[in-house]
Amino acid sequence: MSMKPEHELDETGIPHIASPPRRWTPGREWRTMYAFVERNFHLVRRYLSWEIVNIFYSIINAMTIGLISFAAPAKDKAATTLFLVIGALMWGYLSILFDEVANSITYERWEGTIEYTFMAPIRRLTHLLGTCLWGASYGLLRTLIVLAVAAWFFHLPLSKANLLAAIVALLISSLSFMGLGLIAAVLPLLSTERGAQATHIIQGVILLVSGIYYPVTVLPRFVQWLSNFSPATYALDTTRAALLDGAGLGVLWPSLLKLFAIGVALIPIGLAIFTTAEHYAMRTGRLKRNG
Amino acid sequence: MEDVILCKNVSKRFWEKSDPERDDQIGKGRTKRSIGGRKREVAALDDVSFRVGKGEVLGILGANGSGKSTLIRVISTLLYPDEGLVEVFGLDVRKHPHAIRPRISRVSVEASFFKKLSALENLVFSGRLYGLSRTETVTKSAAILRRLGFSEQKMRAPLENMSRGQQQKVAIARAFLTEPELLLLDEPTTGLDPKSRRDVQEFVEEVKATGQTTIILTTHDMAEAERLCDRVAILDGGRLVALDTADGLKRKVGVEAGNLEDVFFAFAGRKWEDEEEDEHEA
Ligand SMILES: Nc1ncnc2c1ncn2[C@@H]1O[C@H](COP(=O)(O)OP(=O)(O)OP(=O)(O)O)[C@@H](O)[C@H]1O
Ligand SMILES: [Mg+2]
Repeated sequence: MSMKPEHELDETGIPHIASPPRRWTPGREWRTMYAFVERNFHLVRRYLSWEIVNIFYSIINAMTIGLISFAAPAKDKAATTLFLVIGALMWGYLSILFDEVANSITYERWEGTIEYTFMAPIRRLTHLLGTCLWGASYGLLRTLIVLAVAAWFFHLPLSKANLLAAIVALLISSLSFMGLGLIAAVLPLLSTERGAQATHIIQGVILLVSGIYYPVTVLPRFVQWLSNFSPATYALDTTRAALLDGAGLGVLWPSLLKLFAIGVALIPIGLAIFTTAEHYAMRTGRLKRNG
Repeated sequence: MEDVILCKNVSKRFWEKSDPERDDQIGKGRTKRSIGGRKREVAALDDVSFRVGKGEVLGILGANGSGKSTLIRVISTLLYPDEGLVEVFGLDVRKHPHAIRPRISRVSVEASFFKKLSALENLVFSGRLYGLSRTETVTKSAAILRRLGFSEQKMRAPLENMSRGQQQKVAIARAFLTEPELLLLDEPTTGLDPKSRRDVQEFVEEVKATGQTTIILTTHDMAEAERLCDRVAILDGGRLVALDTADGLKRKVGVEAGNLEDVFFAFAGRKWEDEEEDEHEA
């Protein structure tokens, strides 16, 4: 009798015995998440020249926005530059995260792989968290590159800054944006062609109400009220306090707690909306691309 | 024999846009008004019942739009049936998709991949989703692809540069990689050259010979169905109009010496003649 493990293939490539379903382990969930990170990494590598163009654009964008401060009175110039550059960087990071999560579905629908990903034996949460993990790492890397260039160009006064608090704020705000990304991902799930464009509407609204490039106090009262609900508002408040005033976690924790609470609420809401849309798509046959 | 698939009175309908002025089908089925205009109900599957035993190869024949792919999707937990019961390995597809998914795989007409990535990168990705490590994926897929006559050097080139047949072979490797107990092949050989088609057919035959894997195969190639399938089902307008061995079907329509194409026309061709008659009456 052969001592080979039952599920091994011989050189002919014919499976001998269908293997039993593999057991669930936490390591397995990590590997699934890693699969999405790895795949997206390969995609970025394939489009490397375009990545360089994109990063160049992000740098130009941050510079343009930072340069607005040169019109400010000389005594405020340094602080205004930092205020604006932080806005541009933070918005850049959150947009990348949001886009990566929302567009991962667009891309899979476009390639027609979504049916394969959806029939794979993985949890939707693991699948989506894997995509978020990728979005956060990729966004962070790109943002750091832009930050380095902007710091050099503007001689940003970062000596007072509390970098640790800023990074904590960035990470905590990522949670909310993952949640928002999941909600936005529903749109391309339901409509390949138009859904992706529609995700920009969500981004536009957040950009308007969150005080990225101006303090929210300049907004009309009604819009200002909405800013209370946007996680980006707290994300910016806390990073600015950390980088401009050197505020530490001891001072910032109430805002960070709020930000954390929004994130913790948004992820399950996002997941629930996504799963509902998935079931709807499976009932009405929206997943199929062709064939 | 233990059932791998059990379909009982399965129906699936879709809503399709229709123009009430021109649509000759109107009045035949239900219609509804919606934001996008009038919609007509299409019965993609209509009261379909059958069972498939372990190790069996069931062929599904039918004209374009007869519901073959819809049936495959329902079995592969991608589409909920509207009515009826679908059980795979004794598990309801609606209630236990997660228990079914690790044990099945599918090949669709369109080889769906990340076209910018290489065959290997695509395979490693799907392997990981099924819990396979990179090394496991590389060894297994290389063995399968070699068997299919796919040159190994091509493994690292982006899929977008590959021909349809080559992509389809990678899709077949993806499906076999996970050693499924149930394999759903939706027109796996459509658009392949005769050599590639034979490679795929021989591979399916070898898998079949192990008796462990149950296969559902849709095809427009009658010779292929006759060669590979233990039994053949014929779908016509979403209804299962025949299900038997190829010889049994031939006997039924009285063409013992003929081929499966005669059977196909006898069962699936009737609709068109009926419609012509309807027109004459009108
Ligand atoms: N997701 C969907 N949304 C709307 N209608 C659909 C959908 N999927 C299938 N249909 C309709 O259901 C019917 C059956 O389609 P199906 O794709 O199952 O046919 P098929 O037998 O696979 O055809 P082919 O031989 O061309 O592949 C067709 O009328 C088709 O238009
Ligand atoms: Mg089809």
